[in-house]
Amino acid sequence: MSETAAVLELRNLRKLFPAGRSGIWARTSEFVHALDGVDLRLEKGEILALAGESGCGKSTLALTLMGLEKPTQGTIWFEGEDVTRQSRAGRQRLCRQIQMVFQDPYESLNPLMTIGEIVAEPLDVHRLAQNREERRGRVEKALEEAGLKPAHIFMNRLPHELSGGQRQRVVIAAALVLEPEVLLADEPVSMLDVSIRAEILNLLAELRERRGISVLLITHDLATSAYLADRVAVMYLGRIVELGETQAVLESPAHPYTQALLSVIPVPNPRKRRERIILQGQPPNPVHVPAGCRFHPRCPKVMERCRVEDPVLAAVGAGSHQAACWLVSGGGSDE
Amino acid sequence: MKRLTYLLRRLQWALLSILFVITLNFFLFRVLPGDPARAGIRDPRLTAQAQQAIRERFGLDKPVINCFETLNPLKLGKCGVNPLETQFFIYVGNLLRGELGTSYHTNRPVSSMLGEALLNTVLLVGAAQVFSIVFGIILGLVAAWKSHTAVDFTALTASLVAWSLPTFWLGIVLLFAGSTWLGLPVVGKLTPGMAYPHWGAKAADLGRHLILPTLTFTIVVLGEYMLVMRSTVLDVLSEDYILTAKAKGLSTFQILKDHALRNALLPMVTIVALNLGFTVAGAIQIETVFSWPGLGLAIFDAVGRRDYPMLQGAFLLIAVSVITANLIADLLYSYLDPRIQAGQS
Repeated sequence: MSETAAVLELRNLRKLFPAGRSGIWARTSEFVHALDGVDLRLEKGEILALAGESGCGKSTLALTLMGLEKPTQGTIWFEGEDVTRQSRAGRQRLCRQIQMVFQDPYESLNPLMTIGEIVAEPLDVHRLAQNREERRGRVEKALEEAGLKPAHIFMNRLPHELSGGQRQRVVIAAALVLEPEVLLADEPVSMLDVSIRAEILNLLAELRERRGISVLLITHDLATSAYLADRVAVMYLGRIVELGETQAVLESPAHPYTQALLSVIPVPNPRKRRERIILQGQPPNPVHVPAGCRFHPRCPKVMERCRVEDPVLAAVGAGSHQAACWLVSGGGSDE
Repeated sequence: MKRLTYLLRRLQWALLSILFVITLNFFLFRVLPGDPARAGIRDPRLTAQAQQAIRERFGLDKPVINCFETLNPLKLGKCGVNPLETQFFIYVGNLLRGELGTSYHTNRPVSSMLGEALLNTVLLVGAAQVFSIVFGIILGLVAAWKSHTAVDFTALTASLVAWSLPTFWLGIVLLFAGSTWLGLPVVGKLTPGMAYPHWGAKAADLGRHLILPTLTFTIVVLGEYMLVMRSTVLDVLSEDYILTAKAKGLSTFQILKDHALRNALLPMVTIVALNLGFTVAGAIQIETVFSWPGLGLAIFDAVGRRDYPMLQGAFLLIAVSVITANLIADLLYSYLDPRIQAGQS
């Protein structure tokens, strides 16, 4: 099935966490369904935004892709190779190809290491630099690519001496130094000042232009994805519910959940009034996933069928736009 | 330069603290009930004249301090007592000349008695601290890495038990067990009356005497170190930069060594430094149980005899070591944590 240049492909990926207290002897029979059958393709040189509210499994997806969590079920393919269950050496190799940018630049840098040491560490771990000059050269190149110019003035600084935006650039530089194929950016701008967000997002776009790097941009903010992404995937309770070209999804959302998310984005036009869809009902509980469509308890357009049958992704009109909703696939006639 | 001014300011504070301690010590022991002239010589038949003679010899017949008015320079001389003739000023004057005085009990200079005792204590405490720091850090790291597993559970329980054990009780139990089943010596530093063919035999004898007190001390301190290390490492391991390190492909060992250990060492340095200062005195229980001729035992004996010069000397020594240990911890901090700029307050 992997015919074209999919860098990363997930098939029916599931991840369950034991729920409740897990003491030494305690056994639990309940599980949190963090990922509940995720199918996703990341094309080469593409920026794919993965959007969804907190707790929907976005970050678990990223950790599973990094090999930091083992999937309960399903497979992960990297450049046509099944990398789901890896030996330690295999994971080491994969690490070089897939790098991650974490959410909080204040927490993700070791406060006792200089910027130079932080960026050089991946090189040392993977033994990529032959000598000190090469090491220094690659570190400086990564820093400059991440927009910290001139690099040498940052090398001996400590994280607390930099601003939030600069720190996030350091985090990106430490990911770039390995020259990865894929960058997983887990809410890379949510902890930053609004004024700096665009800079960091532009940097990601620039890196895609220059290096052909693929980016999986995890965000809870659809406006961010609109700014940057080629395609958008909307996740709800551990599953992709809508997927398509950014413009198609944002202009004509097919899934009621996406519609609700979009309706609350402020529009910079006071005369343009939109009806806001405020979701009703309980926030989702990933331990007890609702029967039928997982969104039905909160869906404003719920039908009888939704309570019983679970919809799968189906094409919305022409193109690659897909949504998992009976309104799309079932025609909505049997209300 | 910045570092030098920082150091000087710290030293200034250390000196002030020592001055305060000197004054406090002097009055503290004189407030204690009991009379050195009688406590030292436990003989009820001692005549009043003999007691007076002893007091005169030690200078205890002089007023402790002249009346407080004389502290007011305007009223100086009205009290009728020459301030330089009071016990306090004589003591301070002697201190300034570097003299700690003579022990009431042994008639030997306090400085040489303290020197011997300190050497023995440092031997015992030093060995025990080295063991407990090394094993405490290793156990704490392992327990934190394997947190919520059987390994962690066992280490945690053992540490809590070790930390909660009364020191003297553990000492007595180990003394009993060690001497009965292992035939280890139970009293003192060297076997009395033994003739050594060469220094190696003497060292071996000393080593055998050291085993039990060191073990007791190690067990007691190890538990604390391990618990502190475990909880700080757990804190550090929950930081995002540890997740980042995993994502970069670092191995468990590299993460523990390069990221967890260094960040977790900061609280450890504080505790070890505080402990080092206090354990000079804290060995009292162990030294008493094992009759180890260290500072703790010396203090224990001196209290019973109201041996003021010895007590003052010993407490001064303890104060100086606590203050020095804190000073060293401060300096180590700025070395371990580059965020702490020496010179910033």
